[in-house]
Amino acid sequence: MNVAHFFLQHHEEILELTLEHLWLVGVSTLFAIVIGIPLGIVSAHWPVWNKPVLGTANVIQTIPSLALFGFLLPVPWIGARADRLAILALTLYALLPVIRNTYTGIRGVDPSVVEAGRGMGMTGSQLLFQVELPLAVSVILSGVRVAAVVSVGLATIAAAIGAGGLGEFIFRGLAMVNNQLILAGAIPAAVLALTADFCLGWLERRLQPR
Amino acid sequence: MQTDSADGPVIEFRDVVFRLPDGRELLKDLNLQVQRGETLILLGRSGSGKTTTLKLINHLLAASSGTVLVNGEDNNVGDVIRLRRGIGYVIQNVGLFPHLTVERNISLVPRMEGWPVERIRARVEELLHLVGLDHAIGSRHPHQLSGGQQQRVGVARALAADPAILLMDEPFGALDAITRDELQREFLSLQQRLHKTIVFVTHDLREAVRLGSRIALMEAGRLVTVLSPQEFLRSANPIAAAYLRAFGEGLESAANRGAS
Repeated sequence: MNVAHFFLQHHEEILELTLEHLWLVGVSTLFAIVIGIPLGIVSAHWPVWNKPVLGTANVIQTIPSLALFGFLLPVPWIGARADRLAILALTLYALLPVIRNTYTGIRGVDPSVVEAGRGMGMTGSQLLFQVELPLAVSVILSGVRVAAVVSVGLATIAAAIGAGGLGEFIFRGLAMVNNQLILAGAIPAAVLALTADFCLGWLERRLQPR
Repeated sequence: MQTDSADGPVIEFRDVVFRLPDGRELLKDLNLQVQRGETLILLGRSGSGKTTTLKLINHLLAASSGTVLVNGEDNNVGDVIRLRRGIGYVIQNVGLFPHLTVERNISLVPRMEGWPVERIRARVEELLHLVGLDHAIGSRHPHQLSGGQQQRVGVARALAADPAILLMDEPFGALDAITRDELQREFLSLQQRLHKTIVFVTHDLREAVRLGSRIALMEAGRLVTVLSPQEFLRSANPIAAAYLRAFGEGLESAANRGAS
């Protein structure tokens, strides 16, 4: 039985697990955006927050993923369901690139542009939403892109704690020493990662100022 | 001395000191008045405190001690956003918003002030014409313009809401000699029509005598003296003399053009 044959035979299960995978990655990336961008803005505007925020995100990044899943297991509510746990862990990992790129993007805005805006009487939020964020958006998006692509890979490990996703095939394949099963997880995951990379890259170029 | 009447100075510095957090004094005991409708030049080398002085007026910097009065009111109290919207601001690096079209750059303050769309459109047309730009430029982005065009847009943007005061920080400093000459000439004719109160920072004596009604000479955070261009050219002050030596011939004629 070759790989193509296997894919045809199991297409329903593959689709289901791909959607599960997409759900884990999508929700966690969304959370990372919602939490990470404000944190990036805060650390760019108030240097006092820069070290603690980026430092914490950095430390989280260094925790081995399997261990992080384990650490979160006893946490109430979160640990009760595998998908919650997986989404939390993936969110934590996705935070660093989002925060760092938001920080870099905002700090990278030409200071004379910001000064002109301030001198013209723009309020802090007008400066943020009309000047700083629009000018930083492509840098921020490239952070989101990194986060999403890394999440696709990391989410395969979520299967180890029973959160589903394409990792199911991979772990099953590893246990049964079945390469076709491993590929049934790995190939769609790779396709997902490439698709996310391509789409977000396209968006990034579209939104590039000037 | 009356400052609250309409005849009083538009901008006044009273014993103003500006100190950095590390204690260095960038500005020492500044006392200076800017009268309605005049072009006051702040002349000095880099680090002399001229840009600091300018930024104290629109409260981009706050005085460490002393008072800065704008239209007779201490600019440290009251609404800083209101204050800034009533003061046009032009800087050397232009600071146009690269992601916005020329039209949106110019109309920024009117938009924030909630002007009706029609009035904004008319005002943008008027301003583009005023600074000598074709109205077709309105839909372009700043990076599509030459340096001279960008600075014209910068001036138009500062004038958008018709502020009575204009602050200009070496606006023509980064331009080539010919474009600078052109813009200086237009500046003079513009000022003849608009009668704004202008504070203009430069390190170029030629520009100072050409454009200024008075020149405030600054050195190492202190105001050395305030003189008319003609007085400046005859000044025995050693620092003024150093400028005259450095800039050499041809200043007379520049000053005369400025006065005509």
